[in-house]
Amino acid sequence: MKQTLLSLRGVSKVFGDRTVLDALDLDIDDGEFITLLGPSGCGKTTLLRLMAGFEQADGGQILLAGKDISHAPPEHRPLNTVFQHYALFPHMTVFDNVAYGLKMEKRPQQEIRERVEEALAMVQLGDYARRKPHQLSGGQQQRVAIARAVVKRPRLLLLDEPLSALDFKLRRTMQVELKRLQRELGITFVFVTHDQEEALSMSDRVVVLKEGVIQQLGTPREIYERPANLFTARFVGETNLFPGRLERVTDTSITVDVFGVHRTLRKPDFPVLEGQDVNVLLRPEDIRVLEPDADHGLPGKVVERNYKGSTLDSVIHLNDGTEVLASEFFDEDDPTFDYRLGEPVRVSWVDGWEWLLPSEPHDSASERLIDA
Amino acid sequence: MKHWLPRAYLTTVYALLYLPILVLVVFSFNSSRTGYRWGGLSLQWYESLFSNHAMVQAMWNSLWLALAAATVSTIIGALTALALHRYRFRGKRVLRGMLFVVMMSPEIVLAISLLALFLLVGLQLGFVSLLLAHVTFCLPFVVITVMARLSGFDESLPEAARDLGASDFTMTRTVLIPVIMPALLAGWLLGFTLSLDDVVVSTFVSGPSYEILPLRIYSMVRVGLKPEVNALGTLLLVFSLTMLILSQWILTRSKR
Repeated sequence: MKQTLLSLRGVSKVFGDRTVLDALDLDIDDGEFITLLGPSGCGKTTLLRLMAGFEQADGGQILLAGKDISHAPPEHRPLNTVFQHYALFPHMTVFDNVAYGLKMEKRPQQEIRERVEEALAMVQLGDYARRKPHQLSGGQQQRVAIARAVVKRPRLLLLDEPLSALDFKLRRTMQVELKRLQRELGITFVFVTHDQEEALSMSDRVVVLKEGVIQQLGTPREIYERPANLFTARFVGETNLFPGRLERVTDTSITVDVFGVHRTLRKPDFPVLEGQDVNVLLRPEDIRVLEPDADHGLPGKVVERNYKGSTLDSVIHLNDGTEVLASEFFDEDDPTFDYRLGEPVRVSWVDGWEWLLPSEPHDSASERLIDA
Repeated sequence: MKHWLPRAYLTTVYALLYLPILVLVVFSFNSSRTGYRWGGLSLQWYESLFSNHAMVQAMWNSLWLALAAATVSTIIGALTALALHRYRFRGKRVLRGMLFVVMMSPEIVLAISLLALFLLVGLQLGFVSLLLAHVTFCLPFVVITVMARLSGFDESLPEAARDLGASDFTMTRTVLIPVIMPALLAGWLLGFTLSLDDVVVSTFVSGPSYEILPLRIYSMVRVGLKPEVNALGTLLLVFSLTMLILSQWILTRSKR
């Protein structure tokens, strides 16, 4: 059974008159890859710094394997950090950087050498031990930072946007590498990022944060397919939100009026009443673009088309001006599959692929938002 | 386009800068005593310089004083810079501003006020009064040099060290000080040079028990320019050039 490694109980943090974290509870399982995801200023970095001990919580408790570490200084916490800008010691060689933590533990010379060499081999930098950090590329420096943190065999590894300074291709490579390391070492990873794609592809679980409050905690699939609220829906992935009104509610199904089109859908988890406003959430890949003479769907016209290689992404303006994003896979049997700009079409979706959310106050549901 | 014009301009500027120094060096090897007539190559002024006991004593006094003043002001200055950089406290801005006051205020004002202070507390004028005075005017330069280095300092380095198990003290010893070492050396050299050639403040706060080189030279040239002064000037020139080259070498070697 899963065991809880790190527990945050009602943790609060205030900077001046700004509450960054407000009585936050979070349990992190032993051995999992958990990601703290949110826009800048959502408190994710503060949360990480509280775990590391660089900041002290103003309230609440932090328990590591049942032991209260809320007031322990960073050097007494059996966890290590990979910093955003690596924070390698510039006056030391790569070897000495990695050996630093073991020297602090006063390990014998022989053991230090073996473990440092092992850690460097693990990140494929065995030949770079004698170099200084400034002689390495960004990706190599990142690997050194990881080796330096894992050489101490911590229970928990904290990673503060470690890939944000790398270019796109290198980032992809490092994502795969980090996953491999996490599997091989069996260390719990707490990963901070504002990149939702990174969060989805790497994590076992994702914590979506906004203004110091957890919006949703779940697997990447749950977060993407069944967002708990409009914030998560918009922040994670691209989203079409259609305003709808409930016309008829039965035990298992509901009928929704979306732009005058009536669809009978599965009944959602939240309580519903007839006449209530809801949001119908559809990912671009859920959208079907039909011929203009199709017998159903919302009429509109194509205003943008982007050839993406494996998919064709298009933007469609419905007749009332609502923008719809569609992402369709190429149909191998239809070589003429493409749109002209201005071409009239109808927009529909596959039954059961929609996700319903109650409408939220002060929120214009038809507004299209792209992730931050 | 007249190519010779900028060239001539530069030549004039450099000639004005370096010709006097060149003359000084050349005449320090001149055997003729009277005036500036060339009387053949000779090392006699160096000999007479080193046989002048009071002169050699003043040289050592100056060196010791500069060493002590540079070291003391580097230690105090580095700690001040660290405090100003790391902590928030009441009166921080005032403290920082006061450093600039010391740096900007006319030296003569500093000299008179220090003398008044020493007389008031009954301090015997000599090595201690000189040291206190020199540390006072060296301090702001050290603080500013170290603070400049600290402002470019990656704040996550101390955190990384703590994270890896270093106590605050160990972190300071193994990470903070090595990283700011070039600034400490630069500050020290600056203090050393400032102390070595200070005349104004030293004139006021030195006593008969501790004569230093700049004052000795000053009293020598007041009764006419002796050729020994040329020799002394040449030695000082070689010394400061060596220091300069050394500091540049240290700085480029430790860069990043």
